[in-house]
Amino acid sequence: MRLTCPLCGERDRREFYYYGAEDYLHRPAEGAPLAEWDNYLHLRDNPAGVTKDLWYHEAGCSQWLLVTRNTVTHEVLGAEMVAGRAK
Amino acid sequence: MRYSGLKVITEGLFGNKGWTPAWRDPAPKAEYDVIIIGGGGHGLSTAYYLAKNHGITNVAVLEKGYLGGGNVGRNTTIVRANYFLPGNSEFYSHSMKLWEGLESELNYNVMHSQRGLINLFHSDGQRDAFVRRGNAMINQGDDAILLDRDGVREMLPYLDFDNTRFPIYGGLLHPRGGSARHDAVAWGYARGADQRGVDLIQNCEVTGIDIENGVVRGVQTTRGAMRAKKVGIVVAGRSSQVAAMAGMRLPIESHILQAFVTEGLKPVIHHVISFGMGHFYISQSDKGGLVFGGDLDFYASYAARGNLPMVEHVMEAGMTLMPMIGRAKVLRSWGGIMDMSPDGSPVIDKTHIDGLFIDCGWNYGGFKAVPASGWCMAHLMATGEPHEVARKFRLDRFATGHLLDEEGTGSQHNLH
Ligand SMILES: Cc1cc2nc3c(=O)[nH]c(=O)nc-3n(C[C@H](O)[C@H](O)[C@H](O)COP(=O)(O)OP(=O)(O)OC[C@H]3O[C@@H](n4cnc5c(N)ncnc54)[C@H](O)[C@@H]3O)c2cc1C
Ligand SMILES: [Zn+2]
Repeated sequence: MRLTCPLCGERDRREFYYYGAEDYLHRPAEGAPLAEWDNYLHLRDNPAGVTKDLWYHEAGCSQWLLVTRNTVTHEVLGAEMVAGRAK
Repeated sequence: MRYSGLKVITEGLFGNKGWTPAWRDPAPKAEYDVIIIGGGGHGLSTAYYLAKNHGITNVAVLEKGYLGGGNVGRNTTIVRANYFLPGNSEFYSHSMKLWEGLESELNYNVMHSQRGLINLFHSDGQRDAFVRRGNAMINQGDDAILLDRDGVREMLPYLDFDNTRFPIYGGLLHPRGGSARHDAVAWGYARGADQRGVDLIQNCEVTGIDIENGVVRGVQTTRGAMRAKKVGIVVAGRSSQVAAMAGMRLPIESHILQAFVTEGLKPVIHHVISFGMGHFYISQSDKGGLVFGGDLDFYASYAARGNLPMVEHVMEAGMTLMPMIGRAKVLRSWGGIMDMSPDGSPVIDKTHIDGLFIDCGWNYGGFKAVPASGWCMAHLMATGEPHEVARKFRLDRFATGHLLDEEGTGSQHNLH
């Protein structure tokens, strides 16, 4: 599997650290109800098909990437930088 | 039909013409008392104990493929009771006791072999942690023996003891740990359930769960609709999809775990060895193949095959630990879809829907749990109360903060 980093181009999967689903981008506000923290930390859609998840280009440019890929075929469909994304 | 040594001999003498299929191939009925979704190890053992322990026999197991085609037939078969946390400890201890009587219970040779499991350690700190784990195992009534370096050398002389990065300091031996034949466990439970009247229905994918006013009514399948008073979701790596049919979002992320087997060799590895620091473990099957594996590929996946970086990593770890295996040829590799939970521990619980139950979150340790999981899931579905040894496997423990994080790695799904 290879991921295309917007800064570094197509790179080997081993350069990246996988964190988890896109949910990690939606951190609840301080004092949010516990159910929101449960949603953020634990509960997942876990789709069989297209998903978006977070990868860190650890051995490259040190950017966090939001990667779109297919969990059934391992096809990588795109990647964008988390920094500077419109919220 | 009862299996026995005498039966094998007489059948051999008379041309093996008297064997009958191990289970029926029934057409689905319109209604059951209980429907179990998923014909893996846990679904089949649940059906077996519903019939055996609770006398509930109007039961169907619905399997989308063939029985035992999921993780139960893809794992590396380690059976152990070396857990640490209250909640896990008593559950796996109960499972081990069931394993020890399983062959006579099922009248089926599951080739359960208590050859001993050795977890290696490589530093003083790791030794202290293993002493603590060993004491927890002994307190639970199970067995653990601390081996020093020479003790390990006596049993496993072929390891590289002086590896620069991970010199071997010793190991924790769990004598009752070992392995079993994975397919046979599925088949044994399937046959036992069938003999007690359970319908095993293959090529039958559940596509919907019928719910009326918060009460489960039955399921929709590729072989038609079926009504049921109670439904159990027991589908391992596919838990999120099936639970979504009942409007649930689970604390599960599915990941791929690979395993490998070499050509058959003469007996050389007599134990199950785990080299945690290298993410590597190995045993030798009765056929002679070296069966080994490592860690997850680490990204969410539903492909029952992995990628090359983890293949390379596992081979390197194996060579680091026991350079002799470099001479063996790898025959096959494969993968299975693991239902990873945020604390590495499972769920056996009711859901917010009346009559709908779930058994999931087995991570990569659910083979050894097959007997106790079925036992406890059947107890829960029959009585409505959690079984004593599974009472901490609650679905709401994540929301309430009662996590069972055996490895203490935090709530990231792929770190357990
Ligand atoms: C490579 C590998 C190594 C492992 N090693 C070990 C080990 O050494 N020790 C250990 O204890 N555990 C190990 N495990 C983990 C263990 O195999 C699993 O935790 C356990 O088998 C999961 O439970 P199961 O047997 O019920 O799952 P499965 O056999 O996967 O059963 C689930 C079944 O549900 C069916 N299903 C899914 N969706 C539907 C639907 N919609 N309708 C109908 N049916 C459906 C599937 O087809 C499948 O047959 C390993 C796993 C893998 C992949
Ligand atoms: Zn980059």
